[in-house]
Amino acid sequence: MGKKILIAIAAIAVAIGLFFLNRHRGISPGAGVANIAKHPLAPEFSLPELTGQTLDLSAYRGKVVLLDFWATWCDPCRDEIPRFVQLQNKYRDQGLQIIGISMDDGPEPVLDFYQRFHMNYPVAMGNAKIGELYGGILGLPIAFLIDRNGRIEAKHIGATDISVFEREIKALLQSRGIDNYQSRL
Amino acid sequence: MKRLSMKRAITIVLVGTAAIMAASGWAARANTQPRLGGATGAIFPAYQATFLSSSQLINPEELVKILQSPKGEKPLMIHVGSHVLYEQAHIPGSEYIGPGSSEIGIQQLRKRVEALPRRKFIVIYCGCCPWSHCPTVKPADDALHAMGFTNVKVLYIPDNFGANWVDKGYPIAKGE
Repeated sequence: MGKKILIAIAAIAVAIGLFFLNRHRGISPGAGVANIAKHPLAPEFSLPELTGQTLDLSAYRGKVVLLDFWATWCDPCRDEIPRFVQLQNKYRDQGLQIIGISMDDGPEPVLDFYQRFHMNYPVAMGNAKIGELYGGILGLPIAFLIDRNGRIEAKHIGATDISVFEREIKALLQSRGIDNYQSRL
Repeated sequence: MKRLSMKRAITIVLVGTAAIMAASGWAARANTQPRLGGATGAIFPAYQATFLSSSQLINPEELVKILQSPKGEKPLMIHVGSHVLYEQAHIPGSEYIGPGSSEIGIQQLRKRVEALPRRKFIVIYCGCCPWSHCPTVKPADDALHAMGFTNVKVLYIPDNFGANWVDKGYPIAKGE
């Protein structure tokens, strides 16, 4: 009898231990998520797109935005791109807009990459100013999830499993954001 | 008998739950391990920093001690990563040379150090990507060794410069 209780207690202890181990060690899904407790408004910016047009973040208010800081020389960033292309295709009609901010030093490799990987979302060239605006982009990749009201819901630092992004995107897409807010006024 | 069966069932459920949680945790971690040669890795071969031996590395805390000590030789510190990231934050006194993953960056590095004595203490660093994916420091280190430099260290930045230097409160400078 006592032996069984001991086994049960040990099992609970192991389960709790593993739960916290998996949450706080290494790059487990979501482990790179910075806790954006107060959901601040995403800083507005205007940057030149690869196409020559100007990209204004404010133009995407009402959509769920995945703002991805990346670079062509960054391995984990490159691995994420084909998956972002898939996500953009899958959730475009529901209101997802992925925006890439390249932290490359010049546009040439970015344009080449953009074409080769058939990127289907806008990419603008970043700079130190936007990096500081977003709290310092001092490592790549870093991605922000912004809700329909323009508030930062999550910040992912480093390589993040695409299923984590998809889960969060789906949750945000279900929120009607501004429409919902206005209907309550 | 009934009571015993119930306890046995509870035990089985608890042990099973623990096993499932453990398995799912490990599986999740395995899925997010650095993906060498991932979706695009075949097109862009990476020169992994992980091939550097520990004797070639210097930890941030060691470097800070050297920089703050009134004694001893101060290293020439060279940033071999992205200029956009360097502009946001870098080690005071360090010089931006260019990405060590590009031929232009390596040429600029060679040009910068060619007149220096081969015993010169040099520290190269980047911190733009996680260490296991860093494409810049290994080629820069190789280039310096090929030139005959014997006192070169690579700053070990496991995650990124923000997490392993700035967030630790170590000194930084901004701008060009």
